[in-house]
Amino acid sequence: MNNNFETVIGLEVHAELNTKTKIFCSCENRFGAEVNTLCCPICMGLPGTLPVLNRQVVESAVRMGHALNCRINGVTKQDRKNYFYPDLPKAYQISQFDVPLCEGGYLDVLVGDEVRRIGVTRIHIEEDAGKLIHDDSFDGTLCDYNRCGVPLIEIVSEPDLRSADEAKAYLETITTILLYLGISDAKMQEGSVRCDVNVSVRPRGASEFGTRCEMKNVNSFGAVYRAIVYEAERQMEVLASGGTIQQETRRWDDAKGKSILMRSKEDAQDYRYFPDPDLLTFVVSEEKIAALKASLPELPTARTLRYVKDFGLQKVDAQLLSVNKARADFFDACAALGRCEAKIAANWLLGDIAKILNEQRIEITDTALTPEHLADMIVLINKGTISNTAAKTVLEEIMRRDVEPAQVVEEKGLAQISDASALSGIVDQVLADNPKAVADYKKGKVNVAGFLVGQCMKASRGQGNPATLRDMVIEAIQKL
Amino acid sequence: MRKLYEYSATELSSLLRGREVSAAEITEAALGRIEAVEGQVDAFLTVTADEARAAAERVDAKIAAGEELAPLAGIPVAVKDNICTRGVRTTCASRMLENFVPPYDATVTEKLEAQGAVLTGKTNMDEFAMGGSCENSYFKKTKNPWDTSRVPGGSSGGSAAAVASCEVPLALGSDTGGSVRCPASFCGIVGLKPTYGAVSRYGLVAFASSLDQIGPFGRTVDDVALLYGAICGHDPRDATSKNAALGEVRGEVKGLRLGVPKEYFGEGISPEVKAAVYAAVERLKGLGAEVVEISLPSTDYALAAYYIISSAEASSNLARYDGVKYGFSGNREGTLNDLYLSTRSQGFGAEVKRRIMLGTYVLSSGYYDAYYKRAKLLQGVIGQEFADAFEKCDAIVTPVNPTTAFKLGEKCDDPVQMYATDVCTVTVNIAGLPGVSLPCGSDAAGLPIGMQVIGPRFSETRLLSIAKCYETAVGGFAVKEM
Repeated sequence: MNNNFETVIGLEVHAELNTKTKIFCSCENRFGAEVNTLCCPICMGLPGTLPVLNRQVVESAVRMGHALNCRINGVTKQDRKNYFYPDLPKAYQISQFDVPLCEGGYLDVLVGDEVRRIGVTRIHIEEDAGKLIHDDSFDGTLCDYNRCGVPLIEIVSEPDLRSADEAKAYLETITTILLYLGISDAKMQEGSVRCDVNVSVRPRGASEFGTRCEMKNVNSFGAVYRAIVYEAERQMEVLASGGTIQQETRRWDDAKGKSILMRSKEDAQDYRYFPDPDLLTFVVSEEKIAALKASLPELPTARTLRYVKDFGLQKVDAQLLSVNKARADFFDACAALGRCEAKIAANWLLGDIAKILNEQRIEITDTALTPEHLADMIVLINKGTISNTAAKTVLEEIMRRDVEPAQVVEEKGLAQISDASALSGIVDQVLADNPKAVADYKKGKVNVAGFLVGQCMKASRGQGNPATLRDMVIEAIQKL
Repeated sequence: MRKLYEYSATELSSLLRGREVSAAEITEAALGRIEAVEGQVDAFLTVTADEARAAAERVDAKIAAGEELAPLAGIPVAVKDNICTRGVRTTCASRMLENFVPPYDATVTEKLEAQGAVLTGKTNMDEFAMGGSCENSYFKKTKNPWDTSRVPGGSSGGSAAAVASCEVPLALGSDTGGSVRCPASFCGIVGLKPTYGAVSRYGLVAFASSLDQIGPFGRTVDDVALLYGAICGHDPRDATSKNAALGEVRGEVKGLRLGVPKEYFGEGISPEVKAAVYAAVERLKGLGAEVVEISLPSTDYALAAYYIISSAEASSNLARYDGVKYGFSGNREGTLNDLYLSTRSQGFGAEVKRRIMLGTYVLSSGYYDAYYKRAKLLQGVIGQEFADAFEKCDAIVTPVNPTTAFKLGEKCDDPVQMYATDVCTVTVNIAGLPGVSLPCGSDAAGLPIGMQVIGPRFSETRLLSIAKCYETAVGGFAVKEM
């Protein structure tokens, strides 16, 4: 990347809200249904039908506004954005133009070790359009109207982002907050979060912004990163070779790894925004705004910093934990019990538990694991009742069914054996089976003891106390 | 002896309750009358004889079972063809929707059905309610029952002509700039444009959403009150609807102050119309009303504001007719743009296209502030002038149309002259007020003249009471023999 230039990025993030019903009708709001089964005359814009605003949409958007430290416009309106396209059955999208619901906020984003404050220009509510389907088996284009009228919020950032890394971190934080608030499924792969990226470059130290290009269709975290890197380099090359950047809209093709011109500024559409006469000015009361603010949970960046400060977690671990609200909530509950060191619980959550969850593609709330059981298991390790090896077996059990860890230990006979008389048979057998290792040890290769202890642990099915076994192995060799 | 089709809805309702007549007989009388005069009037685009007979049968079954009847049970009602009727095509008198059959009812038609009213058919209109003569229909030209060489007024001309010719006692129209009041006046019947929000717009195919209201037609004030009472009230499906209700229509004017605004009696109003309305005001004065002269100074600008706002909204409301999902579809072989162009060029008539272009222009970047924004400001001013006027009076009396019904084809070549016929009615829509149009005499040729009574928001009961008082004093309104 050319070091004489600085990249300037702003993001427009569209997030589908997970309200039960659509924004202007009572159709179910759900992803993945059979085509054209979740639509009605209203969301299909048939003549004579009228929209009625779903107040839940307003509440979700106001909560997001609070989470991004915005000013909430308690009196606002909805406007029509007029354009023709087959996926837009009314030929206008009901959106918000000059008075968005939320304005003038910011978001603190953790980028590496640094906290960056990114301005949020506005958040407004609008309806989604349908989906066009191009199918090779059919000569033409099909349209699925299920998505028509799905509620969206559009979150527009200030041009405060300065690298692809920052943009990616910002977008990740936005999706994490959406999940924290429970207002969106926030799945980029299902299109419930979509992103338009504005990129410009300027000579380092310049105070004026360069001419920007907008990239559409940037639909994964990785694509955001790649699109910005590509576009910034393209612009820098143009400038470095004496050219100028034209303001234009480009489509990002992630498969090909490049952006393609969609339309230039001259072809910009005139959307003829005007207030939607079917929808009156709507009011969110001061009390409601305050109540929604009070309902906000602790947000991920604050949580990460708290974990570092209160529990001494590494920042990267704290962030990994905070990014998943269910696991972070679990962690907080476990830490609050005060039965074990929080950091150990965090290690289990980020290690073995995360591994099992990822393998099975489930969430912690889908398992039988409780904060109490995890804490109790750690206590059993600390007391020497079970080894770390045996604990993995206990963990699998307590994730599968609601059972006390101690009971698992008993049922499976996993208790650690520290009684030398019970282990001597195992030690004798292992030494007899491994004469070479024994000989090596005698020649002074004392590291071999570890191998022999491991063999004893294996033979004891993880139950032997490793410290006891170590003492016994060394003693026995010396006796030979 | 009076024929059954000549009876008012109020009378029919009472006869039905007294078991002096059956719903089937009433319906047959209406269908027979339609058969007899429709060739002269051309009021209907669709006659729903089978559905009407079935509805009447249901009412008769209820009567036989001794069940309670709703006020409109068994009464034939015609509905303007821009009001959606489930399973019955709703064309808006446009080629664009020639074969459009809505899978849903408008809230008003749902209410009518719930009452047991008998839908006899869908009436002709100016295409998408744009026009003042009913001549902008893609399908046919409705004639004025008083003189079939003349227009019935518009845009709800079919509904007005159907009531005036006794094809039905009641009909629904819609009024965006005068489309109920104007044809009521031309056809010599009573028409009410309710307060904006009083009647649900759900299922009314939108022309200008902030101005459109559905309103009733009848040959008597009581009939109009009967139908209005059945359709008004809040609807959760229309965010702009309000909880309106009708009180008792007593027919009194004693002690009411009637404002007469000089701006409504200016140059463009024909002497005969002026004289008839002034005479009606005198008559009301004689019945106990107090008459005060008032001024509504911005009236001159109302027409411009109206055509800007209504066309702007229309350009957006009518954008959905793109030939993709329903309605007329043009060239489907070429590009998407070809489909849009051919569909909209061929599917819409000239007047609709004119308004779409006008509306698109006034909303476009660089012109919005000069036109749309200023028109909206003017709307506020006009509303305020009415509010001020209602400090001095309880209702305002004006003409409805500058002239009586004109000849078919007379104004077709001059849109601006046609627009000017709305001069007395558009202010009411701009200010969201109720207005009733009722007959107040006739011109030298015997054509009806109408007067308009305008009141503050939700004063329908008062307006109908004034109208009824006048109606009683003149011994009822004349019906044209056909």
